[in-house]
Amino acid sequence: MAEQLAQKILEKYPADEGSLIEILHDVQLQFRYLPRPVVDEVAAHCGVAVSKVVSVATFYQAFSFEKKGENVIRICTGTACHVKGASLIGDEAERLLGIAPGETTPDGKYSLEEVNCVGACAMAPLVIKNEQYHGKFKPIDVKDLLEPGDAE
Amino acid sequence: MKLTLANIDGYRADLVARRAGSRSIMVCCGTGCRARGGLEVAEALTSSLADAGLAGKGEVELTETGCHGWCEQGPIVTFEPSGVFHTNVKPEHADAIVEAFEAEGSVEKLLYRDLATKKRVVRYDDIEFYSRQTRWAMRNVGRMSPTSIEDYIARDGYSALAKVLSGMSPDEVISAVEKAGLRGRGGGGFDAGRKWRSCQQAKGKNRYVICNGDEGDPGAFMDRSIMEADPHGVLEGMLIAAYALSATAGYIYVRQEYPLAVEHLNQAIAAARSQSLLGEKILGTEFSFDIHIARGGGAFVCGESSALMRSVEGRVGEPRAKYIHATDRGLFDEPTVLNNVETFINVPLIIQHGPEQFASVGTERSKGTKAFSVVGKVNRNGLIEVPMGMTLRELIFDVAGGIPKGRVFKAVQTGGPSGGCLPESHLDLPVDFDSLTEAGSMMGSGGLIVMDDRNCMVDVARYFVKFLVDESCGKCVPCREGLKQLLGILTRITKGEGVSGDFDKMEDLCFTLEEGSLCALGKSAPNPVVSTLRYFRDEYVEHIEKGLCRAGVCANLCSYVVNEKCNGCTLCARVCPTECIAGERKELHVIDQEACIQCGSCFDACKFDAVTIGERIGS
Repeated sequence: MAEQLAQKILEKYPADEGSLIEILHDVQLQFRYLPRPVVDEVAAHCGVAVSKVVSVATFYQAFSFEKKGENVIRICTGTACHVKGASLIGDEAERLLGIAPGETTPDGKYSLEEVNCVGACAMAPLVIKNEQYHGKFKPIDVKDLLEPGDAE
Repeated sequence: MKLTLANIDGYRADLVARRAGSRSIMVCCGTGCRARGGLEVAEALTSSLADAGLAGKGEVELTETGCHGWCEQGPIVTFEPSGVFHTNVKPEHADAIVEAFEAEGSVEKLLYRDLATKKRVVRYDDIEFYSRQTRWAMRNVGRMSPTSIEDYIARDGYSALAKVLSGMSPDEVISAVEKAGLRGRGGGGFDAGRKWRSCQQAKGKNRYVICNGDEGDPGAFMDRSIMEADPHGVLEGMLIAAYALSATAGYIYVRQEYPLAVEHLNQAIAAARSQSLLGEKILGTEFSFDIHIARGGGAFVCGESSALMRSVEGRVGEPRAKYIHATDRGLFDEPTVLNNVETFINVPLIIQHGPEQFASVGTERSKGTKAFSVVGKVNRNGLIEVPMGMTLRELIFDVAGGIPKGRVFKAVQTGGPSGGCLPESHLDLPVDFDSLTEAGSMMGSGGLIVMDDRNCMVDVARYFVKFLVDESCGKCVPCREGLKQLLGILTRITKGEGVSGDFDKMEDLCFTLEEGSLCALGKSAPNPVVSTLRYFRDEYVEHIEKGLCRAGVCANLCSYVVNEKCNGCTLCARVCPTECIAGERKELHVIDQEACIQCGSCFDACKFDAVTIGERIGS
């Protein structure tokens, strides 16, 4: 199954090094992480060593080797968000979820992330849950992003 | 249909004639308005139009536009051509809007209320936020559908390309850009014409044109707005550059954090290809050029040109030494021109209206207009495009409406993580490529983040250094290790563990970073620290010597206390995330200092000045 999905992605791109990052984006989107067997296939397709793929994937923040949670909560930490209290929102999310940014809850339900800036600064501070943007956010609003009973 | 030099003018005239007399309801569906329900508003308007029997009639159109740059007022719904401007629209307002549209009026309660006069303003161009602007780069933003190539062509789109292809030589194109004095809008401010000229003269098998849409400076979003709202304008600018340089392929490098920009650019590329505006034999001439999208991977350093090119090649984005010019050996080691989104979108204007008109606006060494993202502690947050040379004071206080809630201006941060913080005494500086650099900051890509007395300057310096620690690619030791040491010192100060020797250490580290780093990220990394040390030294001293953060940001160095002005309205207790405020209605409230996390929610919520920030009490 995973192989077939990966094959579909690979077919869209020319077999060269220049396609590597675009392919990794699609794989990350499809699987929510970069599964090891798929990484091998990507390396073979682009004609580069597996170590090269790992080096590129670890350099860019967009890729991960661990599966992200079902819900990804991203706290925007751009400057406009920062001066309007983004770090307090981050603290509150860490407190309620019991995880630090970059981590996933043990039940696999939530991942917490920080993002440098999503370019919606006029609505700062922002929190993005599963691609849904929430502007003018307050620390007390974090609990509303979680399903009842999911807060620590 | 396939467009050619012979038929494009007729095609445009047909489009314009067909649209004469038609009226549109325009709904903003940019990232900001979408976040506030723009798509739902568009859906509700579609069904209201159908209910009113207006759907499908040629003379009434519902258009989903790109970002207007004033997201905090969204979702925005405007009428064209009358220019009626509605703010904060919700789906339930759809019927009223359609009714007003039919009657050629407006919905009173949705009109913007002027801050000073408290009166409602009907038209787009009468709102101070827009009336003070000169929208050149953002000429189409919010005024058309970004996914309709017809809309772009009807608004004179691709006419500059046709002009170039029907009789301008590559040299003439480059001369026009040189004469206009167009400088790179991404932050560097390098002469675009000079860059094009050196690339044209370089030897190579292929030549490339790259558009830098990796708007990495946090707090700036003009490039997002332009790519989302006017993608064809970006393509046209690149096409003209490609013609001047005889380039065969181009790339637009877009941050993956901007999914809507990627979507709109991809649609625009497909539409342009299908009408012979991109690809083989453009407009029936011998000129061929194609554009591809490369998505960024969330690495700030990739906004640096040489790192960006490595990333397009599918590699790790590490910068390389600058003695090799990209115009000689750039992408795939071939001559390459790389310009920013806002730079490219100015090119069609220069060709169409002539370099003299472009150069007639701005300052002596900075021509044309510049889009600024004025955000943070201002009344009107958004994108403001004005002639170069407007002062910071005019931008912040006149156009953006000053500081909200009666608070006091403290600093404006310009130029992103490579820029600096300027105090009140520098507000009369004109904003252009050179003036801010002399004051220890820089214009950069145009982000202006305004701070008030509730922002701590030590915390802001720490914020930028932390950002840069995460984003340093690690190639140069002073940047990789020096920034970590700086962060350590600043973190200690914000925790109340600063010592007086910290000043010398920080200044030493800043000097080493500046001298010993390869690319601009490292070289300019000290700016946030140097500028805050220069202009806000007393705040550092207060942190270290008095153990006080007067802004109430550094949790170890402040306490929030309810004072006798409290009338027991209970608002503070309701916004407190740790529920540590106790008190009966109409009675003095008390904050439990042991449970308080110093988030300041109570202070910001209180309407009666009844919360005071003071020195730390409790553990």
